[in-house]
This record gives sequence, C-alpha cells and structure tokens, in this order.
Amino acid sequence: MSGTSLVTARERALAVLGGEPDDATLRRYLHGIAGVDAVGLEQRAAGLGTRSIKTTSKRRALDTIISLIDLTTLEGADTPGKVRSLVAKAVSPDPTDATTPRVAAVCVYGDMVPYAVDALGGAHGDPDDGLISVAAVATAFPSGRSSLDIKLADTAEAVAAGADEIDMVIDRGAFLAGRYGLVFDQIAAVKEACRRPDGTSASLKVILETGELVTYDNVRRASWLSILAGGDFIKTSTGKVQPAATLPVTLLMLEVVRDWHLATGQRIGVKPAGGIRASKDAIKYLVTVAETVGEEWLRPHLFRFGASSLLNDVLLQRQKLATGHYSGADYVTID
Amino acid sequence: MSFLEYAPAPESRAILSLRDSYGLFIDGEFVDGRGTPFQTISPASEEKIATIANANEADVADAVAAARHAYDRTWSRMSGRDRGKYLFRIARLVQERSRELAVAESLDNGKPIKESRDVDVPLVAAWFFYYAGWADKLDHAGLGADPRSLGVAAQVIPWNFPLLMLAWKIAPALAAGNTVVLKPAETTPLSALIFAEILQQAGLPAGVVNIITGAGDTGAALVAHEGVDKVAFTGSTAVGRAIAKQIAGTDKKVTLELGGKAANIVFDDAPIDQAIEGIVNGIFFNQGHVCCAGSRLLVQENIHDEVVERLKLRLSTLRLGDPLDKNTDIGAINSKEQLERIRELSDVGEAEGAERWSVPCVIPENGFWYAPTIFTNVQTSSRIAREEIFGPVLSVLTFRTPAEAIAKANNTPYGLSAGIWTDKGSRILAVADQLRAGVIWANTFNRFDPSSPFGGYKESGYGREGGRHGLAAYLAPRAVSAAGRGAAKASLAGPATAMPIEAADGAPDLETRAASRRAPRSAKPSKRGAAK
Repeated sequence: MSGTSLVTARERALAVLGGEPDDATLRRYLHGIAGVDAVGLEQRAAGLGTRSIKTTSKRRALDTIISLIDLTTLEGADTPGKVRSLVAKAVSPDPTDATTPRVAAVCVYGDMVPYAVDALGGAHGDPDDGLISVAAVATAFPSGRSSLDIKLADTAEAVAAGADEIDMVIDRGAFLAGRYGLVFDQIAAVKEACRRPDGTSASLKVILETGELVTYDNVRRASWLSILAGGDFIKTSTGKVQPAATLPVTLLMLEVVRDWHLATGQRIGVKPAGGIRASKDAIKYLVTVAETVGEEWLRPHLFRFGASSLLNDVLLQRQKLATGHYSGADYVTID
Repeated sequence: MSFLEYAPAPESRAILSLRDSYGLFIDGEFVDGRGTPFQTISPASEEKIATIANANEADVADAVAAARHAYDRTWSRMSGRDRGKYLFRIARLVQERSRELAVAESLDNGKPIKESRDVDVPLVAAWFFYYAGWADKLDHAGLGADPRSLGVAAQVIPWNFPLLMLAWKIAPALAAGNTVVLKPAETTPLSALIFAEILQQAGLPAGVVNIITGAGDTGAALVAHEGVDKVAFTGSTAVGRAIAKQIAGTDKKVTLELGGKAANIVFDDAPIDQAIEGIVNGIFFNQGHVCCAGSRLLVQENIHDEVVERLKLRLSTLRLGDPLDKNTDIGAINSKEQLERIRELSDVGEAEGAERWSVPCVIPENGFWYAPTIFTNVQTSSRIAREEIFGPVLSVLTFRTPAEAIAKANNTPYGLSAGIWTDKGSRILAVADQLRAGVIWANTFNRFDPSSPFGGYKESGYGREGGRHGLAAYLAPRAVSAAGRGAAKASLAGPATAMPIEAADGAPDLETRAASRRAPRSAKPSKRGAAK
C-alpha cells in the first residue's frame, strides 16, 4: 500500500481552496461548509443502527469486520513479548478455524515496530493481498504536544523501521485556536516524513481526536482539513480520550469522505477507533459505511476498526454461527 | 453477493393469534354485525387476513346507546383519578403487547415494521400515558375549574396510522370523561380490534369504548346519530367537509383533522445532510400516507441541483419490499384505490411538464406498490403542487428569497404543517412566524409528541389534538352551570318534562346533567328551523 503523492495532494488542495492554505483561506473554506445538525445526525445514525443483519449477511459481516481490524496495543507497559503475542493473534485469530480471515494490521507504538515486523515475517504486507500491515502511532501520540521536529523524527523513525502506516494526531490546541494553517502544515510535513528512500510512502492516518473537538461542526472541518492536507485516512480517536469513536461521528466523517470523492474522485479511508467492543456495534458501522459511501469502502485500504477486544467478540459470534451455540471467553485466545 | 443485499430479516407473525372473523366491539363484547361482512387484506400480498363485521344503522344505534349508558352510569361519575388508572393500565398493556400490535399494523396497513415498531406503537403508549396523567388534573386544562365532559364522542379515523389515530382520539376523550364510539377505516380495522381485546384485558367498564367497523356509510350513520355529542374526524378534506355540513345546526361539537400539502423549505445555509434526511423522512415516511407529509419541497434556487442530486443518491439506498422485513424502508400502498390515485396524479404531473424520477427498484408482483418518486421542474400552478397526493411522491419547487418561500408555502388551501431548514436560528423564528400552518418543524420533520398540539389552518381542519389543547375538544367550561344551561335550553325548547323524571331516578346530580343535554336535542328540528 502506498499513500498518495504529495505533490498531487498539495495541488489538489490549492485547486479546492483557491489559494495558499493559510489560516484565512482555510477559515473561509472550512467555515463555508454546510453545518451539521446534531439531532438530525444522531437520528440518522440511530436509524442505520436498526438494520437487522442476519444469517448469511451476518456471517459475511463478521468476516469483513475481522479483515478490517487494526489489532492494537498502545500501552506504556508494551514489551516485545506482548507485541509478538499480538502479532500471533493477528495472523491466526482463531486457531480452531482455518477459514478465519486475518486482521488488516497491527497497531503499535513506534518503538515496537521492529518487533512487530520481525514477528510477522512472511505475513507482513498489504492487507488487500491478505497480508498484515504494521501501523505505528506517531507525532507525540496521544496528545501531540511536542515540537514539529520531534513529531517528524518520530514519524521518520517508525517508517524507517518498517511501518506501513502512520497514525498521527492533529494539534487539537492549534485547531481549536483557529490556527488551521498550522494544522495543515503539520499534516503535510508528517506526510512528507512518511516517504521512504525508494520514493514510496507509508499511508497516513490522521487522528482528529473527536472527543476533544467536541462539536460535530468541528469534526467536519477537521475532516476536510486533514484530507486537504494529504491524509489518506481520517481516524476518529486515539482511544485515550472519552468519548472515542461513536456512530454519529463516524457517519459524519463518512459523509465528508463521500463528498470529497464526489468532488475530486479520490477515495479517502475512515477509521473509527476506541470503544467499539461488540460485534453488534461493529456491524452497525459496516451498515453505515455501505449505505453512506458504498460497500466498495469495506476494504482494508478504505475502512478500518481500531480495536482490540472487538476481535474476540467477533470470534465468539463466528463460532456461534458455526456451531449453533455460544461458547465462552476461554474458547477464544487472549493476546 | 453484495453486502447491501441484506438477508431477509422478517419479523415473526407467530406472535399474532388472529381470529378468522371479528365482530363489532359493543358494550364490552364482540357481537355480530348486521351489515354484510367484508375482508381485510394485506396490501403487500393481497392475502386475506380476516373477515370483519359491518355495522349497519341498527348496530350504530346499539353502540351509541351502549356508550350513552356507560357515560351515564359509570364513566361520567368516576373520579378523574380512577379514569387515569384505566388509561395507565391501557398504556402499559399497549407496551406489553407492542410487538403484536406492530405486526398486526404492518400486516394490515402495509407500513414497514420498523415504523410501526419504532414510531406508531411507542407513540400510542405515550399518548395514553400522557392523557392518563391529565385525567385528574382537568381543572388545569385551561377551561376553568371543574370543566365538564361532553358525553358520547363519535370518532372516525383513517387508514394511514390506524392505531395511532385511535390513540389520538380515544385517550383525550376518556381522560376528559367522555365515552366513545370509534370507527376505524375499512381497510385497516385489525389493530383497533386487537386494541378492543386490550380494553377487555384492562377491565375497562363495558360500553366506555365501542369499536364498530364498516365503510363510509357506517361512519356517516355514526356521525349523524342523534345521541352523539361530539364528532372527531381525521381523514380527507372532502369527507371532512361532508361531515361539517351534516352536523351544521346541531349542537354537536366537532374537530376535523384533514388533508395537507406541506411545504418543506430548505434554505441555502441548511445542514445539508440532515436536510436530505428530513426531506426523505418528510415525504417517504409511511409511503407518504401522512396528512402532514412534506410533499412540496421548496428549495432555494442556488442549491436546487445539489439537493436534487443528493436526494436521488439517498433515495437509491431505500429498500422497498415486505413490510414485515425489519430492513424495509418503504412498504406497500394501503389500497388499490389509493395506488390508482397516486398513479393518476403522477401522470398529471408528467403531462404538466414536470420531470419525473423514480427510484429504480424491483416492485413485488403481488400487492400495491409505488416506487419513491420525485418531480422536478414543478410550478406552483401544477396540480401536483396543489393537490394532496397522499403517496411517495415529492414535488420540488424553488424560491429565491425568504419572502418568496413564505408566499409559496402559504399559497395552498391547506395549512397543516411546514418544515424549515436553516442553520440560522433567527430565520427559523422569523419564517415560522409567517407560515400559516398548525405544526412547524425546524430542522426536522414528522416528529410527534403527545404534549404538542396538532391541527390545521384553512382546509386542513379545525381543532387541535394532543397536548392541553387537545383536551379542549372533549371538555366544556363549567361557567354555565349544568342546571342553568339545562333550564335555559329547556325554555327554548319548550317544556322540559324529561328533567324532573330523570332526576328522580337515583343519581340526581349526574342524571340531571345528562338530561339537560338530552332535552334540547329532542327539540332540535324546531331550533334549527328557528335559526334559519
């Protein structure tokens, strides 16, 4: 997987904005986008949540969910051993059933990337080919409170260690202070830092941390801003702030992605992360994706779940479909 | 296989235990009707569901007599608190049997189960809960202390929300102390008859609610019956007009909730994605069989193309099909007659030069179906912009300024509802202030709440249902004392010999009240003659 070329991203942004991406131009553009009615948005999300996905559709949905998971460990206590365990789970989520798909990626802190790459071995590669990517959080995750140089070094180091995807955080402080140009420049710079010596580039996921942006209008503007600056994916949350991913926020981001696609023809990915633990909830996200942007988005390079405990719930549901009865927590493996 | 081809998820019909045939619910029991029975069918499959009794004039008279008796002997004497207890009990039973009611409603009406389950039935329970609370607080209904009930209410309801309209009618009537004879629509009697079973289960005193089934002639006989004190009708403007004529000159009180051709006004600063949802919900909710449906989309000209394009994209995701499937968005048209009317008016729209676009979807073989349709290039002079289609058909018109939007929105013989979409709060207030419509939604559409009054301007009817205002339709102020009113009318009508006789039999106070209302009625012809 490779990210979009930087030059085209910048040209596209200039064309859409009609000027240099400074604070004033961005403000004019982002504040000119139609507002969001919170009640209506939440109603629509709730409506999508009532879809009843049964039998064959459910089986298909569960496998799709697994193939879209970024299996994640982001703890201060992470060790090479923990990462190896996570990778083993990612490669073989259900050792009792060989038909179980693999997850899309493992998501770790930057310093854990070498261990993840090493543990994956031959399974490391593009999830669209059935292999597993390594995603690294970077840019002073989760707060993003450090200098740009440090953020860029953080990114470059992870890419050099073999990360295929970088999950960066935006500077929410700058965003809320109206310094859209600064946020834009930082995303563009991190995007540049994702580039490898051979000219290819790691894919860039831009974390908005919607729980700190608070309003839907802010989420919509931050989504546009991140896409304009060259993000390949927009991601809801770090998982470290509550609320993390919600269905209305994800719906809103999908609407932005849909509108961007209509306007430019380019497809941007969406990653809800944090707080999605049950298969039932994850299925609601699939429905929302399919009915908002279309089911072509239900592929690893256009949609991901950032989750850890979700996988085991999906496996339990999967076993239930196969055997007709529910097993228990000890019939799926911990990582 | 596509993920979006969701596997069938039908709600089970096993929860329904329907009888082969249903009688009339009179005086607490199901009795045979004396008219020719008719079939009720599922509009989605044309499958026969049950045989339904048909009430003739004699049956109507029995039902009114039962209601009168229950009013005199039981309901008007009962304390508000006790009436409230019955209403609370009914509300809880509706909740307990909600799934059954939802299945019956979708089966008989053709509306998607997700709507009957998530909208109709919960609102029915909410309506009974709300008015249950009012039953012992009528002093605060805005009519002064101790307002009095009217007597027997004749209620005729339509087929679009069979159970919800029943609740809108019965709940306030009972809370206010009236008794009821209700006639559900000919094509959708099923849920009302299940509701009759709930009344039996609740132990509601016999005769307080009577449910008689039949067609228009049954309704006409009921409205015309002498023993009726109050008429409440929801349905077409044509029938409403006929009822108004029929009862003119009598002292029957009346509320009419009739047709509409609501404007849904979308300004260029609207929250666009939510506005699209609101437009869809405004006209395609319940297949557009909604009197307050947002059937005229007034969109600011500078965003017209974008809105239409987004609307088409959104409509393409709607699922039309089996009403009992939990993923169905658009169910069946309620009857063949209605389908023909929708077709006829749509053809008129095309002939008038409007551009028609229908969702490309597979239409089931049996049953009555109409694909969601929008007409663009519609002018204010087009028939499809003036007449109520009562189906899943949206007419799109444009405007340039708020003043023009208001003028176009008001340029209709109806005035039931309207919608305003804008991010600017002050504009919502300014525009709402000038719209002549009984219900105005801002940045939403088709939302109902028992505490909010509902009703129309102009040909959309008169009177309000819901909220405190809804009680006024079933109460009269005590200002004219019972005795005083009776005496005054009696003197008009000549010697009121009935009064002392009735007052003598046991319960002086209440019986006097009943008699005082009946005495003038016997003198009606002369009174009417005098007035003319």
